[in-house]
This record gives sequence, structure tokens and C-alpha cells, in this order.
Amino acid sequence: MYLLVNKGQLMAISLAASISLLQGESYANEVEVSGKISVEQRYFFEKPLQSSQLTYGQTSLALEPEFYWQWNDANDSLTFKPFYRLDSQDNQRNHGDIRELAYVHTSDEWELRLGIRKEFWGVTEFQHLVDVINQTDGAEDFDGEDKLGQQMINLSLVNDWGIVDIFLLPGFRERTFSGEDGRLRIPFIVDEHNVNYESSAGQQHLDVAFRWVHSKGDFDLGAYWFHGTNRDPILTSSKSSAVNKNQLGLENTVKLQQYYNQMDQLGVEVLATLGDWLWKFESIYRNTKLEGFWATQAGFEYSFIGVFSSDLDFGLIMEHGWDSRGEVTLAEVGSPLQNDIFIGARLEFNDLQSSNTLMGIGSDLDHNAFTLIIEASSRIGDDFIASFDLRLLQSNEENDLLYNLSHDDHLQLSLVWYF
Amino acid sequence: MIFKKHLIALVSLVSLSLITCEVYALSTAEQTGLDISIESKKRDIGWQDSTADMLMLLRNREGQESVREMKIKSLEVQDDGDKSLTIFNKPRDVKGTAFLSFSHPVAADDQWLFLPALKRVKRISSRNKSGPFMGSEFAFEDLSSFEVEKYTYKYLVDERINQLDNYKLEQYPVDENSGYTRRVVWLDKAEYRVQKIDFYDRKNALLKTLTFRNYQQYLGKHWRAANQAMINHQTGKSTELVWSNYVFKTGLKDSDFNRNSLKRAR
Repeated sequence: MYLLVNKGQLMAISLAASISLLQGESYANEVEVSGKISVEQRYFFEKPLQSSQLTYGQTSLALEPEFYWQWNDANDSLTFKPFYRLDSQDNQRNHGDIRELAYVHTSDEWELRLGIRKEFWGVTEFQHLVDVINQTDGAEDFDGEDKLGQQMINLSLVNDWGIVDIFLLPGFRERTFSGEDGRLRIPFIVDEHNVNYESSAGQQHLDVAFRWVHSKGDFDLGAYWFHGTNRDPILTSSKSSAVNKNQLGLENTVKLQQYYNQMDQLGVEVLATLGDWLWKFESIYRNTKLEGFWATQAGFEYSFIGVFSSDLDFGLIMEHGWDSRGEVTLAEVGSPLQNDIFIGARLEFNDLQSSNTLMGIGSDLDHNAFTLIIEASSRIGDDFIASFDLRLLQSNEENDLLYNLSHDDHLQLSLVWYF
Repeated sequence: MIFKKHLIALVSLVSLSLITCEVYALSTAEQTGLDISIESKKRDIGWQDSTADMLMLLRNREGQESVREMKIKSLEVQDDGDKSLTIFNKPRDVKGTAFLSFSHPVAADDQWLFLPALKRVKRISSRNKSGPFMGSEFAFEDLSSFEVEKYTYKYLVDERINQLDNYKLEQYPVDENSGYTRRVVWLDKAEYRVQKIDFYDRKNALLKTLTFRNYQQYLGKHWRAANQAMINHQTGKSTELVWSNYVFKTGLKDSDFNRNSLKRAR
């Protein structure tokens, strides 16, 4: 067990704390407490690929309270959102993070945000290509949706021609991974103590990003430039352990070392709202010492409102992912989504319980790899949400990243209490 | 040559005026309906901005109840539809979710939703205007600001309801994406306040009735109903809105209705 706090975060904490002290006694504002506690049960249908991995069941409990203060007519605020998960099987999933600890000052034409925050960019559903600020909390889940808090100084300027955001990102967060006991991971263990950086500043490299977003009529547009540490690590077997390297799939103790290079990335996002259609486009160009490549994720969402003269809303989503590097093997650096198609169907029941379901299929058009997810959730009483997630992962290609997860089909049930 | 050009111009001018004549050749009932609606809109001009708390009580046919709690900030926009920011407080799982809407007289409204768990701003398809708002009996279009250009009108008759003398008129939505063929509206003669609306679905069958109660006047001019009750005749479900803490001219500006304010709304 460990709590992920580094120097940069400590700086952010003390900065935020001193600002909150500055607010003085004259504003004795009450703290607003809310949050959620969730219980989650995973059930895997098959025996694992590696014998060290857990067999069938995995239970976990997660806490995420939120403390919020505001003063000066809500023009100043402080948010603190810690997170902790306890897992019955995977030691690496016993982990905590400060999702948010940020001071925000708002003025008419600008906003200053200091501290640890989460910033999401993008318009597509099945892959978040342009989303680059926060590191992935990979121990949480394999889908990359969960993010670690990122320390930042963010100045946001509001203009008639759009909002410009300037980000200074001191302190880099290393990705988290499932542990040896965990499922939904590559066959080798990622060594969290063997991490190297291209930059001599290592984890202390100051990353920067400039972003512009604007809504004009039916179009939402965004573009940015990011310069700094690549959030995606290059994983290689470490020299010392390479000697004992066994064949893939066999028992092994080879650990992977992480290498984070420097990158420049340009990103654009376009969303066109044309009647029943939402057209979505995301693209990046990433340049590192190793390579330069393009990737896009594009598609549409079509909504049927009130199908069969009922309250049901039905949404059809189709997206395609492309990467200029093409097909890659496990040993190469690349993207598993080089020519992949995604089809999703969303159903909103518009009932008292806000029930909804989402079904998604992802398929690699270059070789045989396939994923199917079915998600359903509904409110119970006033403060609980129950959800059901089924994930089926299939691949016949041993070189495919998904192959390593092909024994990890599972059902996940969760109950979340909001307070 | 010159003559020909003039002739073309003359002909097109004549045909243009013929078309305009046709558009504006309203019957007496249509003209009266339009005049009443213009007067009703005119009487509320100048409220500038407002904030209010709204409680939404949802009941299904079985009598099960569910409560939604939200805060609404609105900005009056001259020569266009109003802007509004709705911030959800309950149910707790949607706390911090915020909804930004720029309504337009004829064009589809621009709408964005902020999802706090993902920190994501999502655009909503403009087609959703006929869809239910938060699982209630109110469609998105029922909560959008009233603009004269959104309907064509027909005055029907004078009728006494809610112990008041009313004008009863029909409104026909201009937008083909509307969930209604028509709305029958009662406006009281003294203050031009909406007292009741009957909504007719796409098959022209009575779908819902909305009644307004407990009108209060603010700044000596602007009337707002504290209670709005919507009954769905086809499903037996109902939704009641209870408004409180209305404050006008709070100093809200255009900058309080953008992507940044959507993300920080509490």
C-alpha cells in the first residue's frame, strides 16, 4: 500500500493550504461535504493466463469524498477530493490518489486554477486521443478512463473568439499498473521502481500546454500544443532480468522497466451538431525522438428521441480509430487501435431511476480481435446507483495486446452510495 | 437591355410582394393571437437576469415519488433567445452536473452538459427538444424561453379559468422537431400571464396539461409562478415544479454563461 504523493503534489498542497488560510476569519464559510463510497465485485469467467493472477473473484471498496469551500461570492473556491481503493486480491490496486486539491479564482474575463486537478479534452467516446493532461490510473481499470490528479497552474482567458488555456504542469505522474496478482494486464509485471526519463529533469520536467476552444453555431472546435513528458511509457524488459527471459505465456519473473520520453503533440477536435447527428473528429500529431505519427478517431452519434412513441431515447454511435504507424506487435511501440471500428448503442429510459444501458463493440479490421461491453445502471432509492458491466475480450493473435486479456472476460457489479 | 433588366427586377419585385402579402395575410383570429402573444412577451421585457431555486417532484402512475433539486441562472438576451445555466444538486449522483442552453427564436437551441465525474463538456443534439428533461414530464422545449417567433397563432375565445378572464389561443410550433402539433394556451386578460397550457402530441391527441399557480410579481413588473404542475394524460405520470428564492437583476453577465462557468458551476 502506498499513497501517491510526490514533491510537486506537496507543493500544490501547501500552496492551496496557504491560500485557504489567506481567506481569513471574516469569511467563516462552511465546508460543503459530498462524495461517494462504492463496493465493486468482479467475476472472471476463465482461469487466468498466468498462474500468479487471481482466479475468479475480486472484491474492492473505494472512497472518494469531496470537500468544497467558497468565499468572495464564489469567486474563490477550494476543492479537495482524495481517493482510496482497497482491493481483496491485487496489491497494486490498493492505492490512493489526490484527485483534486485546487484553488480557483474567477474573474470576468479570466480564471486562475492552482493545484491538483483533472482536465478532460475531446469529443469521441471509444478512445480519448487528444486527452493528454492527466496520467492514466491503470490499476483502476484497463479502459484508460480513470485518471490521476495532475498538479498544474492553469490560466484561462475568455475572449470573443474563444477560450485560451495556458497550462504549466510541474511534476509528472507515472502510470499505475495492475500488480502480479491482478487480471487485465500484460504478461509481464511493470516495475514501479525502475523508471527512466529522456529528460534529465526526470519527473520534475515542467510540461506546458496551450489550448484554444470555441463554440461557433453548430460547431465546437478545439486545438492545442503540448510540450513535455509523454504520458505513455515505453515498456522494455530490464537488462538484468532479460537473462532469465522465458517464452511468452510461460511462468516468468521478467519485470518491465518504464521509459518516458519527451514529446511535442498537436491536437485538434471538431464536433458538429447537425440536427439529429453529432459528427465527431479528433486527431493528434505526436513527435518524439523515436518517431513522428498521426492518429485520428472519428465518427458520429445519431439520436432517436422517443422511440416507439415512448420516453426511450436511443443513440447509435459509430467511430473509427486510425494510427499512421499501422499494425504493431507487442514488442514494438505503437497503438493497438491502428484500424479499429467501434459501434455503440445507448438507451436512455428517462424514468425516475435514470436507467440506461450502453452496448459497445470494438473490432480490429486488420486481424482477429474483438471486444464487447454491456453496461447498465439504475438508481436505487435516492442515493444509490447500481451498475452491471459485462466485458468480453477476444483475440486469436498472440502478438495482439488484447490476446493477453483474452482470458479476462468478466462481469462487474457495483453499488455506489452518494452522500 | 436596360429595359429587360428593369422588367426582370419589376417582375421579381411584384412576385416578392405577392409572397410577402401571402405571409402577412393573417386572418383576424391569427392577428389577434399574434398580438396577444407579442403583448405578453413585451410585458416581461427588461428583467435582465435572474437566479432561482427549483424543486422538481416527479410522480409515476404507481404514486412513486422522486425529487430533483436545481438552481437556475438566466440571462435576458435582446434580439435572440435567452441564456440559462441549470446546476443540479439532487439526486446526489448528478450533483455538480450543469446544463448550459442558448435558446434561439427559430434556430435550434445550443445546449451543453457538463459531467463532473469525467470533467467533460458534452454537446447535446438539438433534436432532443421533444425529449424528457431529467426523466420528468417536462420536455426540453417546455423549459426553453418563450419567443414570439417560435409559433404561429390563432385566437379562439375568451374563457374564465382560475377565477380570471382569459384569452384562449392556439400556438403552432414553427420547428418541425417539436413534439407537438399545437398548444392551447390561456393567458389572463389583466396581466397576460400564462394560466394553463394543453399540449397536443404529433397525432394531435391531448398529451399533457400544465397549470400555473401562485404568481408573484418581482420588481413591480415581472410575474413568475411559484408552482407549475404538469400532468401527462396518456401515461398518468406527473411533475410539479416549485420555484423559490427568485432574485432579479443580480448582475449576471454574458461571461457567466460560457464553457468555463459551466465547468465551475455549483
